[in-house]
Amino acid sequence: MNKMEKALHELSEMDDLAAQDSPIHALHPLAKLLATVAYIVTVVSFDKYDLSGLIIFLLFPILLFQLSGIPVRTCFYKLRIVLPLVMAVGLFNPFFDRAPLLTIGNVAVSGGVVSMFTLMLKGILCLMAAFLLMATTGIDKLCAALRMLHLPSMLVTLLLLTYRYVGVMTEELAVMTDAYHLRAPGQKGIHISAWGSFLGQLLLRSMDRAEELYSSMQLRGYHGHFHYVAIAKARLRDVLYVVGCTAVFILLRMVPVAQLLGNQVVR
Amino acid sequence: MIELKHVSFAYEKDAPVLQDISFRVEDGETVGLIGANGAGKSTVMKLLLGLLSGEGDILVDGTRVEKATLGEIRKKLGFVLQNSDNQMFMPTVYEDMIFGPLNYMLSREEAEARADAALEQLGVSELKHRHNHKLSGGEKRMAAIATILAMEPAAILMDEPTAALDPCNRRVVINTINSLPQTKLITSHDLDMILDTCERVILLSGGKVVADGPAQEILRDQALLEANRMELPFCIAGERRG
Repeated sequence: MNKMEKALHELSEMDDLAAQDSPIHALHPLAKLLATVAYIVTVVSFDKYDLSGLIIFLLFPILLFQLSGIPVRTCFYKLRIVLPLVMAVGLFNPFFDRAPLLTIGNVAVSGGVVSMFTLMLKGILCLMAAFLLMATTGIDKLCAALRMLHLPSMLVTLLLLTYRYVGVMTEELAVMTDAYHLRAPGQKGIHISAWGSFLGQLLLRSMDRAEELYSSMQLRGYHGHFHYVAIAKARLRDVLYVVGCTAVFILLRMVPVAQLLGNQVVR
Repeated sequence: MIELKHVSFAYEKDAPVLQDISFRVEDGETVGLIGANGAGKSTVMKLLLGLLSGEGDILVDGTRVEKATLGEIRKKLGFVLQNSDNQMFMPTVYEDMIFGPLNYMLSREEAEARADAALEQLGVSELKHRHNHKLSGGEKRMAAIATILAMEPAAILMDEPTAALDPCNRRVVINTINSLPQTKLITSHDLDMILDTCERVILLSGGKVVADGPAQEILRDQALLEANRMELPFCIAGERRG
């Protein structure tokens, strides 16, 4: 299996995850979307030195992993390309912020180190939450939920079509890459001199495809209004899920649980 | 049902693709539109669907194809594209199938009933909730045909319906085409398939209709076919070789 085929396989695995059956999968997509947004906003709102306050927020994804039956390793495997980037965000903080913030034993820890770990943890938590949303909802229902929030139809349609055609374009790229390697034996990757024409070709093919796709939509009566998948009405449990999650997030944001627990232990 | 009267079209001024072509497809007829690459087959299809506009008159069920009538025309004509990936743009087969009916103001229940009926008619109900990007080539083609059937068109236009299919899937598609009661206009280079499905053939060459008649007659005329950059269908060539 070459790289592109692996990517395609992984993409289709996300659909398989979304098709599973669990209490989390059964929740209304809008409920899951709102709870995830509330979670991300809360996590991001923490101060850059408030590492202890964030740790308790690990419970939410852990709970969702348990309830949805999605393996944690699948999440980290799929996020393996983005995670290092997220981790790199705070990498230079220790060099700029050297003032000691706390001491562990006899070792002084600078504010930069704490803020680096805080940023990393924030990134990981947000990515896990977004992954869980996708893996338990699926793109079609997610787009329908976004439209319920009155996000512009154009944007949501673009998101839906992009997801649909990522696989097709990846296949096309795989064919082009194979064709290149067959005529460039022994070369690793694609030589920089071919990048321009390679991307140009891909762009032209995408444009041709987009044109035909649009024709196909027009021929089936498309006039700018896209019909998304039908979603059942929200039930009480969906409302409770959103309200409950948001309330807990706010509570955990206001009350320093980790600090209180720590104080109890010290006493 | 479908009528072209003195239709001409050019993408560039001095290079006409179609020159004064006229033909008529009657209700319930299955007609093969054949010709070498660049003969103008796809252009005829696009003109019929109002995706291009040229000179002359194109009538579908007596209605002239023009901007004001496009909605009505496209409701009557279903078009199966050569590349099913370009036709199936929704995440799942089912959503794709109800896309057209919903656009034509049918209720979701009615659209879903049509989708179910189309899947059942083709015997591919198992594809209903499958993701489009996970279908095989043959499944995609059947799903694309089902998508068009769900719109209940009076006529179906097909562009290379058997292209890139293995022999088994090709046979399934041919049987499906033969089972459809609608008027059909099929463009293809697969002359064996045309012979299997169409009673009449129109041969285009250099933007003109050079032959129009029974498929068995035209597709057996070696001189005519070779003069227009085509060959006898394999089954007939095989017969002649003994």
